[in-house]
Amino acid sequence: MSKILITLNGEQLQVESNIDLETLVDQLALPAKRLAVEMNGNVIRRVDWPQTTVSEGDRIEVVHFVGGG
Amino acid sequence: MSDTFTLANTTFCSRLIIGTGKYRSYDEMKAAHIASGAEMVTVAVNRVPLDGSAESFLDHLDPKMKILPNTAGCYDAQHAIRTARLAREALETEWIKLEVIGDSITLLPDNEQTLEAAKVLVKEGFIVLPYFTDDLIMAKKLLDAGCPAVMPLAAPIGSGMGVQNPSNLRIMREQLPDATIIVDAGVGVPSDAAIAMELGADAILMNTAIAEASDAARMATAMNYAVQAGRLAYLSGRMPKRLYASASSPIEGAIK
Repeated sequence: MSKILITLNGEQLQVESNIDLETLVDQLALPAKRLAVEMNGNVIRRVDWPQTTVSEGDRIEVVHFVGGG
Repeated sequence: MSDTFTLANTTFCSRLIIGTGKYRSYDEMKAAHIASGAEMVTVAVNRVPLDGSAESFLDHLDPKMKILPNTAGCYDAQHAIRTARLAREALETEWIKLEVIGDSITLLPDNEQTLEAAKVLVKEGFIVLPYFTDDLIMAKKLLDAGCPAVMPLAAPIGSGMGVQNPSNLRIMREQLPDATIIVDAGVGVPSDAAIAMELGADAILMNTAIAEASDAARMATAMNYAVQAGRLAYLSGRMPKRLYASASSPIEGAIK
């Protein structure tokens, strides 16, 4: 399986080519509830994660919630 | 018991909104939240750590409390807009506390970028609660842009200095009698919160004043009382200030 380079939360990461967002989030061992994903500046709804594949150079942000004022 | 206030079709009994940051422990935070009587809490949006150390912070919040995500850490409108959209997706809420900061030392808001972000977010259906400097003209612009409330600061975030410009708040209250004004940032002690309520604020938002108190839950109790006391005082109509004395006891009839 070939690898591609993406930026995930500001870090350069090598992932499998054609990986979808649902698999990516899964692989990061993140609790999927109350999480949101943005790809190249656009929010990707959870229902669309399985059909959204990642390409070379994509910038992805995966966020959750922490304490704040 | 204080009177209720309504914001975007949601009625609150408590006029105190508190944050979830800077607490020494989850237990302290939970105890403080209960003691405060607050019905809404703010949370921040943050990148998930990729090393598996992510904790589910939201699980430590009382499920009855309404969660208000903020756009803290954003220094321009675009970042704030992106953050708000992410928060909406994750929490399935339209509510957003809009913060667009101008500089990292003072954490003072960039009013211009805040207004720009507010306009975009209101169009996208968000319930935008903007944090800004206590400026009447900016308040009017934010309200005209469709924000259901405005949130002027008392003093810089986390400074604990209390209301630095009471005149600005008084002017804002008088000139915008129907606006919902929530004083946000800079409160340090309960008297600060009472003063803001006496000046006519509809509610107060605070975080550090409680989280950094030696006894957070006790301070939260004090804040709860202070917000109620200030609100009652505002509704009661204070006595006039006088330069000279006005005797409280009869002048005639004292023994000679």
